[in-house]
Amino acid sequence: MADSQVLTKKDFKSDQDVRWCPGCGDYAILNCVQGVMATLGIPRHQLCFVSGIGCSSRFPYYMNSYGFHTIHGRAPAFATGIKTANPNLSVWLVTGDGDGLSIGGNHMAHILRRNVDVKILLFNNEIYGLTKGQFSPTSPQGIKTKTSPMGSVDRPFDPVSFALGCGATFVARTIDTHQKHMEQVLLAAAHHKGSAFVEIYQNCVIFNDGAFDKVAEKTVRDDKTVDLRPGQPMVFGKNHDKGIKIDGWEPVVCSAAEAQTWRSDTHSPGPAFVMSQMDSNPELPRPIGIFRDVSAPTFDEGIQQQIQKAQAARGKGSLEKLIHSGETWTVS
Amino acid sequence: MSQTHAHGAEPPVQPFESVVIRFAGDSGDGMQITGNQFTHTSAVIGNDLATFPDYPAEIRAPAGTRPGVSGFQVRFSSSDIHTPGDQPDVLVAMNPAALIVNIKDLRPGGIVVVNTGQFTDGDLKKAALNTNPLTDGSLKGFRVIEIDINKRVTEALKSTSLSSKEVQRCKNFYTLGLMYWLYNRPVETTMKWLDEKFAKKPELAEANKLAMQAGYNAGDIHEFFQGRYEVLPCTSMPKGEYRNIMGNDATALGLVAGAQLANLQLFLGSYPITPASGILEALAAYKHFGVITFQAEDEIAAICSALGSAYAGCLGLTTTSGPGMALKTEAMGLAVSVELPLVIVDVQRGGPSTGLPTKTEQADLLQAIFGRNGEAPIPVLAASTPSDAFDCAVEACRIAVQYMTPVILLTDGYIANGAEPWKLPEIKDLKPFPAKFQESVPEGGFLPYSRNEFNARPWAKPGTPGLEHRIGGIEKAHLTGHISYDPENHEFMCKMRQQKVMGIRETIPTPPVLGDSTGDVLVLGWGSTRGAITSAVEELRKKGKKVSALHLRHMWPLPKGLENIFANFRAVLVPEMNLGQLVRVLRSEYTQHNFISYPKIQGQPFRTSELTKKIESILEK
Repeated sequence: MADSQVLTKKDFKSDQDVRWCPGCGDYAILNCVQGVMATLGIPRHQLCFVSGIGCSSRFPYYMNSYGFHTIHGRAPAFATGIKTANPNLSVWLVTGDGDGLSIGGNHMAHILRRNVDVKILLFNNEIYGLTKGQFSPTSPQGIKTKTSPMGSVDRPFDPVSFALGCGATFVARTIDTHQKHMEQVLLAAAHHKGSAFVEIYQNCVIFNDGAFDKVAEKTVRDDKTVDLRPGQPMVFGKNHDKGIKIDGWEPVVCSAAEAQTWRSDTHSPGPAFVMSQMDSNPELPRPIGIFRDVSAPTFDEGIQQQIQKAQAARGKGSLEKLIHSGETWTVS
Repeated sequence: MSQTHAHGAEPPVQPFESVVIRFAGDSGDGMQITGNQFTHTSAVIGNDLATFPDYPAEIRAPAGTRPGVSGFQVRFSSSDIHTPGDQPDVLVAMNPAALIVNIKDLRPGGIVVVNTGQFTDGDLKKAALNTNPLTDGSLKGFRVIEIDINKRVTEALKSTSLSSKEVQRCKNFYTLGLMYWLYNRPVETTMKWLDEKFAKKPELAEANKLAMQAGYNAGDIHEFFQGRYEVLPCTSMPKGEYRNIMGNDATALGLVAGAQLANLQLFLGSYPITPASGILEALAAYKHFGVITFQAEDEIAAICSALGSAYAGCLGLTTTSGPGMALKTEAMGLAVSVELPLVIVDVQRGGPSTGLPTKTEQADLLQAIFGRNGEAPIPVLAASTPSDAFDCAVEACRIAVQYMTPVILLTDGYIANGAEPWKLPEIKDLKPFPAKFQESVPEGGFLPYSRNEFNARPWAKPGTPGLEHRIGGIEKAHLTGHISYDPENHEFMCKMRQQKVMGIRETIPTPPVLGDSTGDVLVLGWGSTRGAITSAVEELRKKGKKVSALHLRHMWPLPKGLENIFANFRAVLVPEMNLGQLVRVLRSEYTQHNFISYPKIQGQPFRTSELTKKIESILEK
């Protein structure tokens, strides 16, 4: 039996050829996820990957686990059905900025609001890849694409802000090229009970190459990002000499010594929201890591508890009794 | 309850075979409750019955106006009946709008009970009346019973502490009491219901009881009527135990039963929509049966969650009405592709778009059979009466589980809200169809798209060791289920899915002919037209006409043997509450026969008289 053995990354690779473009950030994410699964030691048969439509949504085919490649934008609804039907499964949802925030924005909002115990990986490449290069709801304003030859007029939204606004109980961000960071974030997400939303900056080499270079490229990354680690000071920079503190209502750069300790479990998601809006200020480093991690009852548990409670109070339903309930009469 | 007779002698009680009452008032007057209570009491005393609630889409249209009129028609009988009747014998009109909207339907010589307390100049104006119908002669030919119900209820409840507004809300129970007196029915069933309904507000239970009692006593005291009537219990119905059932409740019960017969947990993903919400509400109360109800964020999430649950090993279910069906279309295609058991209930209402949300129609048939992108065959069933919805729901579950397929069950607003006596099935007579999960790796390896004798694929649920596999909406290779863009494989798979669904006809019976198997006209119906068709055909057969009826439950695939039946009639008449949808299917499937379409699309069911007239016109040709 597979579950009595020690699992390795290889155990989670399916027999299907991976068909993403050479150099796509998705490869790095797939590799990391397979490693994390081995670390977690979840038996393959208890694992279910669910996706919608888009490049990222081919993900389940490449995992040697149960998987359901569904329809555009609706993966959160499928995942809710699967997890609620069988809470013992470890359910992972893979989506993108178009699938998860455009056509499927409604469902994303509601799975987070309900706190269904599903791990959500949103690959954000700020572009529509599978339809060959149109702007997405996370593309920067003014981006020139085939459908926006004069630059897009749309204002983007920030996936982390979105998730926080939906009341998500776990929200994090990581980067496809930062394997070690991604691994830590995914492990934390896996250990969180409830919806865990992870935005992954993912480079689309064909249609939006280098979209995150300014912050995520390896040579600038340390100076341009700050890793939010719960309970740790918000220190950043190649030499760990800079920090972030909240001055009044605004985050500002300070010395490492002055750096404020990050808390992901404040009563209000306000601090996390403030951090998520640092993106819009190019003077500030881009926060990655764990924005929010609080515990709350999960939807799937709540549903199961009600069923148990009803059965305890009324006994397991009898069809005979049910049909004969209400006032009956006999024709003889 | 004591029945006092202030004026001495008991009034005479005159027997009737069948009576039709229509309660009509403002949508806030409680006419649906009144009608349902009268129905329930009549059921308990053993009448056969049929009901037709007819109410506006607005919860409270402006009070006193014609669009705000809500009606509930009930027919109760000592003999077998199939419809709520073409014309009421009694109309209870709580205000001028209710009177003017409904009086045209009352049978000549019929009784109209009018609440004169609601006939002020202002009330007449709200109903857009220039003259008072009580005095302008427009009620000539009817027996008009004028009662100031507002005043009588105020008097009856003067000892209570209720506000005058609350007092006026008891008016409907006064009329109910009066009708109970007139038709010699007991008030106890409603008394009990009031105690349960207002368990936490006993003063309201008491007030409504007082109002009902006052109405009942008024029959004796005031001598509005020359006598009382009696409709004896119906003894010609098949022997057995009965209960009164509404279509949505019967559907819910059938789905619970179906899941039990399949030995599966039922998962309902649904979004509230008129007139289907009643099924979600009913199933939400069956948690002790392990039923999971998920009120989703929209229609799409509703079906997607249900299909997700089916992947995880539940019997997936979603319930909706026309506009919701349109939204679910893409997910239905996925259900066809991934071949998982899913029941989709469409309680049809007037369309297109929002259409007539509270009115009935049968215009989703072609959408159900054909309305998806690609070749996406789905079996379709249609319930014909409120109690038939139980059997159809069980049958939908059977097909879904045995054939690993989505199944559409069509009902409509008329069935959903209508009620009739239901002869309770013996549980032991319900044949189980337990789902068989793939639980281990078969010799040669697991093939998620291999086929059994029904052409159904194996169902391996997540959590089963060794059977890890991926499914999705991209075309799958035969046997392995891997992604395949191979041209021959695609054609093979399209034909396979089609063949699987058409194969269902091997397990469905040819429907029986009502009447002789040969004749002049065969009336072919589906869905809720059954009652009116049966009544019309029985009536004409009594006159010696060579007319028979056939009613379809399986709409797709159609049962075998129909062509042999059609061949024995000069013409096949197809009445439908649409512009002729079934007739199009029939004309393409059975090119040899003469089908005559009889469409009606008014948001109202067929009347028996409309059908007899139509059939007679064909017989004359």
